[in-house]
Amino acid sequence: MKTYYNPEDLKKFGNITELQKAMGDKFFDYYAEVFKEGALTAREKSLIALAVAHAIQCPYCIDAYSVDTLEKGCDEEQMMEAVHVAAAIRGGASLVHGTQMMNKIKELSM
Amino acid sequence: MKSLKALKHSLANPKGAFEVLESPIFDRSVSFADYLDSSGLFPLKPTQLEIFQINLGKMCNQVCKHCHVDAGPDRKEIMTRATMAECLRVIRSESSIHTMDLTGGAPEMNPDFRWLVEEIRSSRQDVKIIVRCNLTIILANPRFHDLPDFFKTNRVEVVSSLPYFTASRTDSQRGDGVFEKSIDALLRLNQVGYGMEGSDLVLNLVYNPAGAFLPGDQSELELEFKKKLLDRYGIHFNSLFTITNIPISRFLEYLVRSENYEGYMEKLINAYNPSAAAGVMCRNTLSIGWDGYLYDCDFNQMLEMKVEKGASQHIAEWNTESLLNRSIQINNHCFGCTAGAGSSCGGATA
Repeated sequence: MKTYYNPEDLKKFGNITELQKAMGDKFFDYYAEVFKEGALTAREKSLIALAVAHAIQCPYCIDAYSVDTLEKGCDEEQMMEAVHVAAAIRGGASLVHGTQMMNKIKELSM
Repeated sequence: MKSLKALKHSLANPKGAFEVLESPIFDRSVSFADYLDSSGLFPLKPTQLEIFQINLGKMCNQVCKHCHVDAGPDRKEIMTRATMAECLRVIRSESSIHTMDLTGGAPEMNPDFRWLVEEIRSSRQDVKIIVRCNLTIILANPRFHDLPDFFKTNRVEVVSSLPYFTASRTDSQRGDGVFEKSIDALLRLNQVGYGMEGSDLVLNLVYNPAGAFLPGDQSELELEFKKKLLDRYGIHFNSLFTITNIPISRFLEYLVRSENYEGYMEKLINAYNPSAAAGVMCRNTLSIGWDGYLYDCDFNQMLEMKVEKGASQHIAEWNTESLLNRSIQINNHCFGCTAGAGSSCGGATA
C-alpha cells in the first residue's frame, strides 16, 4: 500500500543535501548545535522535541524522538506529560480565540 | 516463565543464534570482523589479563526477559568446588589479576559461593572482588538475609541490575514485584554502609534499556537515578553503569519475536565506534564457565565460543602465555560492545 509517509524515509533525511548541499549542511550543523547540552540538558531538549513533534504532527519526528527520549532515560509518564504539554498548547491556542468570538458576539449583540 | 533451554527454543542453541546473527541486515551482509579490520584491530588481541570473571552457574531465582545467560530456577548447571579450586590456583599465581568478578545466574545460589569468596579474600588481600547480585536473592530465603553483612566482611563490591527507577519498567524486564524487592534489598545494603558517603563499601548499579533501544549518556543517567532513588526511596549508591543489551539468548529471542532484530542491529552497526572497539572488555578479561571452560567474555560463553584453539581452553590446563597470545573470538553480537559510548560489564568504555 502506498502512503505519503514511509518510516524508511527517515533514514534518508541526510540525503536532502544532495539537491542543495550548502543549505542542507548548514541546516544539519545548526540542528546538531541546537541539540547539544547547553543551558538545557540534552534530555530536556529531547522532551521538548517530542512535544513539538506531536504539536506539528510529524510522524518521522515522533518516531525519532520517542526513541531518543527512551535512550536518554525518560520514562513513559514523562513522555506522555510532554505530549500533554503539546496538547494543552494546541487546545489552548484554539480556546483562546474564543475571546475573539466573544468580542464579536458582544459587538453584534444588543 | 521457563528458560529458552527448557522450552527447547532454537535460540537456546548457539547454532540457532549464529543463523540469526550471520544473516543479512536489511539485505546487507555485515561482518564484525570487517569493522574491526577497518579500525586496524583485526585479529583482536588481548592487552593483558586483569579481570577474572567466573560464572558460578546458570541457576537464578529470577527469569529476566533480556537475560543473556538464559538463567532461571530451571537451570541446574553450577560450578563445583573442585573447579573453584582450580580458579583459586590461577588467581594465586597470576599477580596481574586485580579484579575477581563473580557472576551467574545468581552466584549466591551456588552452595560453595561463600567458600569461594572467603578463599579469594584470604589468598589475595589486594584483589577487588565483585559480586553481580540481582538484589532479590537477599530476600528470597532467610539463609540469604545476611548477605549484606557477608559482603561487608569480605570487602566485596556489589554490582546490581536496576533497569530503571520505576516499578513498571523494571518489572517488565525482570518480573513482577522485582522492583519493590530490589528497593528493599538496596536499603538493606545501605544500612550496612554500602553506597553511603564516606564508606568504602561500593554499591554500583547497572542500567540496561528495557527494550530495543540503546542506553543514553552514562553520567546523565547516573544523575537522574541518584536524584530519583534518593528523593523517592532514600537510596544511595556509588556509580551507574550503562550496559547495552547484547543480541544473544533471551534478548535475541525478544528482538526476533518483536520484529525489532534488523532495526536494532542496524542501530548497533551504525553506531560502531572504533575507540569503543579498542577498549572492549575481552581484551583484559577472561571468562570462566561453570564447567571450567575458558571464554573471551560471558557472552561468548553463552554462545559456547571457547577461547581460540591452541590457547588453554580449560582452567585445569591453564597456560598464561598461550592465553595472552590468543586471538579473541568474535561474531556479530560483538557490535553490542562497540556501539556509541561502548559497553562492558563495567559500563561505558569510550
